[in-house]
Amino acid sequence: MQLPPALHARLAGAPGSAEPLPVERDPAARTAPFRFAPRPVRFPREHDFFEEGDVQRHLYLQDVLTQVGGAPERPRVPEFTCQVAGCCQVFDALEDYEHHYHTLHRNVCSFCKRAFPSGHLLDTHILEWHDSLFQILAERQDMYQCLVEGCTEKFRTSRDRKEHLVMRHLYPVDFRFDKPRKSRGPVMPGAAEQVLAEAPGDDGVPSEVDAMEVCSEHVEPPPAPAGERRAYSHREMELVSFSCPRTVAQNLA
Amino acid sequence: MWSRQRGRLKPLCCGVEELRCRRREREAALRKARREQQLVSKRLLRDEALEEAEEGCVAMIFGEAEIQQFLRLAQRGTEEKEREGALVSLRRGLQRPETQQTFIRLEGSIRTLVGLLTSNQALLQLEAARCLHELSHSEQSAVVEACLPATSYLLTYLSGHSSDFISPHLTVLEALGYALSQLLQAKEAPEKIIPSVLGSTLPQHMLQLLQPGPKLNLGVAVEFAWCLHYIICSQVNNALLITQGALSTLGLLLLDLAGAVQRTEDAGLELLACPVFRCLSNLLTEAAAEAVGGQLQLRDERVVAALFILLQFLLQKQPSLLPEGLWLLNNLTANSPSFCTSLLSLDLIEPLLHLLSVSNVVSVLVLTVLCNVAEKGPAYCQRLWPGPLLSSLLDTLAFSDTEVVGQSLELLQLLFLYQPGAAQAFLQQSGLQALQRHEEVAQLQDRVHALQQTALHG
Repeated sequence: MQLPPALHARLAGAPGSAEPLPVERDPAARTAPFRFAPRPVRFPREHDFFEEGDVQRHLYLQDVLTQVGGAPERPRVPEFTCQVAGCCQVFDALEDYEHHYHTLHRNVCSFCKRAFPSGHLLDTHILEWHDSLFQILAERQDMYQCLVEGCTEKFRTSRDRKEHLVMRHLYPVDFRFDKPRKSRGPVMPGAAEQVLAEAPGDDGVPSEVDAMEVCSEHVEPPPAPAGERRAYSHREMELVSFSCPRTVAQNLA
Repeated sequence: MWSRQRGRLKPLCCGVEELRCRRREREAALRKARREQQLVSKRLLRDEALEEAEEGCVAMIFGEAEIQQFLRLAQRGTEEKEREGALVSLRRGLQRPETQQTFIRLEGSIRTLVGLLTSNQALLQLEAARCLHELSHSEQSAVVEACLPATSYLLTYLSGHSSDFISPHLTVLEALGYALSQLLQAKEAPEKIIPSVLGSTLPQHMLQLLQPGPKLNLGVAVEFAWCLHYIICSQVNNALLITQGALSTLGLLLLDLAGAVQRTEDAGLELLACPVFRCLSNLLTEAAAEAVGGQLQLRDERVVAALFILLQFLLQKQPSLLPEGLWLLNNLTANSPSFCTSLLSLDLIEPLLHLLSVSNVVSVLVLTVLCNVAEKGPAYCQRLWPGPLLSSLLDTLAFSDTEVVGQSLELLQLLFLYQPGAAQAFLQQSGLQALQRHEEVAQLQDRVHALQQTALHG
């Protein structure tokens, strides 16, 4: 339904009414068998005409009131918790929850339960960690694929790959991927990219421990400071390098 | 409690498709309930939402002593948790009609509740509002009426704080609006409740809360708009509301809504549009809606512009609400040469014609509005012609719905009468054939024959 562009301007314009065109009725107009006569219509409360609007109203109320009628024994939680086992993240907005879910629970490795920000990284992880053929092939050829989508470089060791990521794709050197941080310091600003595991004594032969860990860091959400409306940690957003939750939710929708 | 963030939903434990399916089921259940005249918010909402949440918890019947104890604790307890807990227990008890009765008969109970509602402790306010909410759900009219005097005071108090609108206040206000809307839906509302409401300062407060501007809160406005709708459609004393400026406030609110719809994708604006349409449409049928000289009190043509912007929005968001918007358009244009002229001068005929394929109900309403314009004479029909109107009419003549066709015939007759060349053009576009298929239909035959005659012989 295309509206004339001038309409929006009219809405924003001054109050006023149109100078009415002259009214000139012919008595033949309302002669039988024709019966049209203009009239304002009134509907009482129970009229069927209101059915649709009433139903929509009640749907809205039902949604709203499931919050109100919560069982009193539980502490009152206007927010809700992520239902995934082991996750205790709390939300007060659907968009944030969607972002969280897609980020941390959607691309989960079914073997080891690690979560990844993207399907691509999940695939890479499964290949490098859970595919025995990969290990065999890696002895003979460059199998460690660059993590940046679109870059076709492959490397012999995960260390080499890391170096490439740092030099070529400007990944921060001291980034960590997945492994819980030994120090509980704050995440570095700009530390928004994925982290690579530092494998000490890496002699080029990938081992269970040394293999690149293509995982997103699962950070324990900090307790929300009193008065803060959002129980949702911004850190998680930074870790997966998205600019704002709304954009992500839209992208992932 | 209530929140304008649309995101506040139950935890997602199922997929989107399942949610959609559940929603369809809920809609069907609500429709069925309404047809059986069972769609009273209190009962249905209690049955589905609250019972589910409180499964296994049987509400207690509290006696006077217990209620007094809870109230005392709530008012004077030392720890906030303790005070809140007391109200929570009270609220659970108030689900039982026996407890409700005891509560209202206890002297000072409502006053205490009101005091808690107007305290400056957010959590207590919310719990107290929930208690009020329970009472307003009551099936017993005595209980419901007992709450009424409190409402006026509360609104005064809350409106007085409007300059420093903080979140708990808004939430309590919204809860109050909801509770009031429950009261107003009671069976005995038109005889008992609405007259007292109209006799109090409540209507003025409600209209104040519907004033557009930076302080307008959508959640609050939705509740009070529905309150106003229940009052107006009960037709107790709408003239009074008009003298208090209801038409002008609602008209300005409509403009504001159209502006909001243009600016944001905000889900939920249709929740306010619906009761506003209803209030305006019903008020326009009152004699008092016309000032001296037969002109509508509501005269600003921006209202028409706003309405079309909202119709476009509804077409995308909630097409099932289109009939209500078109009902308003009918009531605006029926007796108003000025609004009919606006439709023409603002180029709104073509957008109107686009709605013809939405549904039969919508088509009948669109055709009715077009008839409102056409019946005002040659000056109007001239502006309807040529344009897409004729081909749209030929399309609607192909409908099988008798009402749609009937309204098309009425419009055709007006065009033949007032617009030279219309009949001719109709013939040239195989109009006669279009008419023929309805020759045998009882409700249509006479008009079909008359048109055939006119077309052929002038």
